[in-house]
Amino acid sequence: MAELCAVVGVGQTKHAACRADVSIAGLVREAVDRALADANITIADVDAIVIGKAPDSLEGVAMPELWLADALAAHGKPVFRVHTAGSVGGSTAIVAAQHVMAGIHGTVLTIGFEKQSDGNAMWALSVPIPFGMPVHAGAGGYFSPIVRGYIARSGAPKHIGAMVAVKDRTNACKNPYAHLHEPDWTLEKALETPMLWDPIRFIETCPSSDGAMALVLMSEERADKHAGRKAWVHATSMRSEPTAFAGREQVSPVAGEMCAADLWRKGGIKNPAEEIDVVEMYVPFAWFEPMWLENLGFAPRNEGWRWVEDGITEMGGSLPVNPSGGVLSSNPIGASGMLRFGEAAMQVMGKAGEHQIDGAKKAIGHAYGGGSQFFAMWLVSSTKP
Amino acid sequence: MALRDIAIVGTAQRPSEVNSTFTSVEILLPVIQQLLDKVGIERSDIGFWCHGSCDYMSGQPFSFVSAVDAIGAWPPIVESHVEADGALALYEAWVKIQTGEVDVALVFSNGKTTSGPIDQILSLQTDPYMVAPLKPGFDALAALQARACLDAGVVTERQMAEVASRSRRDANNNAIAFTKGNESVEELLAMPYTMNPLRAHDCATPVDGCNAVVLAAGDIARRLATRPAWIRGIDHRIDTQRLGARSMTESSSAAIAAQKAGVGKDRIDVAELHAPYTHQELLLRKAMGLSESTHINPSGGALVANPAMAAGLARFAEAAESIFAGSADRVLAHCTSGPMLQQNLVCVMEGE
Repeated sequence: MAELCAVVGVGQTKHAACRADVSIAGLVREAVDRALADANITIADVDAIVIGKAPDSLEGVAMPELWLADALAAHGKPVFRVHTAGSVGGSTAIVAAQHVMAGIHGTVLTIGFEKQSDGNAMWALSVPIPFGMPVHAGAGGYFSPIVRGYIARSGAPKHIGAMVAVKDRTNACKNPYAHLHEPDWTLEKALETPMLWDPIRFIETCPSSDGAMALVLMSEERADKHAGRKAWVHATSMRSEPTAFAGREQVSPVAGEMCAADLWRKGGIKNPAEEIDVVEMYVPFAWFEPMWLENLGFAPRNEGWRWVEDGITEMGGSLPVNPSGGVLSSNPIGASGMLRFGEAAMQVMGKAGEHQIDGAKKAIGHAYGGGSQFFAMWLVSSTKP
Repeated sequence: MALRDIAIVGTAQRPSEVNSTFTSVEILLPVIQQLLDKVGIERSDIGFWCHGSCDYMSGQPFSFVSAVDAIGAWPPIVESHVEADGALALYEAWVKIQTGEVDVALVFSNGKTTSGPIDQILSLQTDPYMVAPLKPGFDALAALQARACLDAGVVTERQMAEVASRSRRDANNNAIAFTKGNESVEELLAMPYTMNPLRAHDCATPVDGCNAVVLAAGDIARRLATRPAWIRGIDHRIDTQRLGARSMTESSSAAIAAQKAGVGKDRIDVAELHAPYTHQELLLRKAMGLSESTHINPSGGALVANPAMAAGLARFAEAAESIFAGSADRVLAHCTSGPMLQQNLVCVMEGE
């Protein structure tokens, strides 16, 4: 029987297109120092570090956690590296939580980071693989046919993507750490932005960011003695499936549906749309909000876009999605999943500041990666399970 | 919370080769199928899969993604990947089983070490601002460490040659091994330096390889194996990487990991040490307090076959097989990562 695990500290960097003011180590340490301060502990109190990032080629350092051990004062401690594609920030937090839930360590620091300005993310992700399916020009080129598939299947009007983008960019203005602070978007202006990968417009696309997120996790025994607000981990789940095979459902992947169903089962959630107060969902391209609303079991099939149109996912709606501004407003790839997990924790801890959803008790963090094939989710709450 | 009893119940390894023309999927698929057949289970019996590999060795981002084809991830599975040796993937699987969420895990790793200049690739692990631009080379960093050890009198060149001679002889009995030989210590000492004070036989043989093991908990392990290799202690620790900031003549991270894993609690019959350089085996033996009675690397170790990112998990496979065969009762498996033994994982396994 697993032990309980709580998030007791959350810290993130100011995300930006280029954090030329810090090294990779400095970027990581900025998030770590804020998480430790939030938890009111020092780095000496940490038993183990679990660190994740997306492909090492984005910065040009192979297995950078080895070099970062010094910056993390990790000498003599365990440092564990996770890499599961775009879902990595989420899976890293889950692996860290499992160290606590297994009873192996009492205080675990977990970190997700990416310093994308050190390289070129779009082309780093577009390396041709012999005999493999080409990804073409970046992730947008890969995902646009899938978005077209969703539009054709659901009959969604073409402006839904822009609506999501305007919502997330507006929400981001309430988040001091978000990369993009663009308060003046309107739907009309959004629909005038250039088409990048039809039907994905410029505004419907995530930025390329430098940034990091760090969380301090504690066992129940330690968290109970710890002053301060906590986010209790009620459930975690991961699922993977292959990138491509004949007949694969790519708009609503089975692995995503299974991951969510497993999370709801473990967390005792019968009606997600009613019981979940805040969703931090991995939406790198705006159309994925309605797609994931359906995939995760919130909205009925082909109805997700109506929830967007009806304002249900706005901060004042009944199911706020990405009050932080989400991936559409900050995307340091290796940190993006952990930002979702950490923002969910901040909401139930009541620490989300201006983008706080009042009275949030239960929130989920969601991340996906690869060709919509790797999924990681957690359910956190202000109270113990 | 009491830890669960978890054991390795089966292993499979691909014989070492160089300049392999196969893809990672092509080399993994038969090994995983062979392992499932050996243990007598189906893919659907596996509760968790964990993979270890390194993007930089393949020269592409997300190189591990295609491996989900090799393991047949349909219907969808619970799976994770570490950018590290498969031994770390085994650690994650051990943690996962400890949570009680799953009972059986399959861990695998692959490394096509000869498809690129591994000496330069691995040195990209160093400080990107101050060290990596100097292109130090992994062998050169190890040579610096060997020189420091020789100068401090911690090791001798004769002891290093003894390690190489023993490893090459033992490799004659290992079908997986690549480099084999019967040279005497004197013959090896007469060989020229390739990177003073290292000679060619002091450095691991880069090979392409892959391997996989199945972990299972409690009675399931007893059902799947006649004599499971029970994990009694497992721990990993890291040192600073900064050149000059730590002693090169000892491995404090290996010492802590060995102590946490309970190495010193009883006699170790067999120790499979992941030591890519001869002097590193000597440092590890000292750090872990291994006595003369312990048989070190009966497989020949990483010196005779070093598939990077799979060589640590290979140590687990070799150590576990000696428990399965009844030739040992208490064994040690070790994995190192980073330059100059920076990170070390130590595991003690026992037969019942």
